Amino acid sequence: MIETALFIVLAVVTVTTAILVIVQRNPVASAIYLIITFFCLGGIYLLLNAPFIAVIQVLVYAGAIMVLFLFVIMLLNLEKEKKLITRHRLQKILGAFLGIILLAQIGMIFRSILLEGSRGKFPPEQVAAVGNTQVVARLLFTDYLLPFEITSVLLLVAIIGAIVLAKRQI
Amino acid sequence: MIPFSSYLILSAALFTVGVLGFMLRRNIIVIFMSIELMLNAANLAFVAFSRYLNSMDGQIFVFFVMSVAAAEAAVGLAIIMAVYRTKETVNADELNLMKW
Repeated sequence: MIETALFIVLAVVTVTTAILVIVQRNPVASAIYLIITFFCLGGIYLLLNAPFIAVIQVLVYAGAIMVLFLFVIMLLNLEKEKKLITRHRLQKILGAFLGIILLAQIGMIFRSILLEGSRGKFPPEQVAAVGNTQVVARLLFTDYLLPFEITSVLLLVAIIGAIVLAKRQI
Repeated sequence: MIPFSSYLILSAALFTVGVLGFMLRRNIIVIFMSIELMLNAANLAFVAFSRYLNSMDGQIFVFFVMSVAAAEAAVGLAIIMAVYRTKETVNADELNLMKW
């Protein structure tokens, strides 16, 4: 019961702040609302028995990535926008059209019956007994070792790319 | 127990908001934030599926998506800085160098 109430509150706050992100004129306010969205999503991950992902969400998204965003916004010294929406008509029509299609898809999800396939081998009780982080770590360093190592290469490329792009003259 | 479809509806709603922001806004930084919203909607769907299918693979994938998002934010914001230095604007409508 309390779980359902918590989910409803978190979901409402998440969607509301997400909408506020895209209607704000001031990019700093957008970034602050996005941080609230990320915190609420972290709470929803906790409801889904994924505490490791919830902590990473707060540390990486609400911490690192949003600090980077705020840093760039303040470095760029922007003023408030006079017009929010793009002036290209085709883009406006396409955007509204895509929005309507996606909303229709929400309706489809609401009607359809899902999850009839076979289940995996990690029921929540068993994962909770061992510890969520331990299960994730064991998988990362056994079954997903190669993708995990490639991630480090990706981050190295990102570091080098950011330094090269941030130089005075490109 | 919260029904599975409610998580998917929340994820789809977040994704829709992200798409609308991406398509309709002019400020590149807000467009970038919309991309982060869409990535988060996908993450939510991953975690929800992983919980209701008794599998951990979804959570591992969220880990990878987050590292890609971090790399993307670092490089993308560096590009925005470079664009601002040459064009003195972050307005997507005014960046028409590649238009023909």
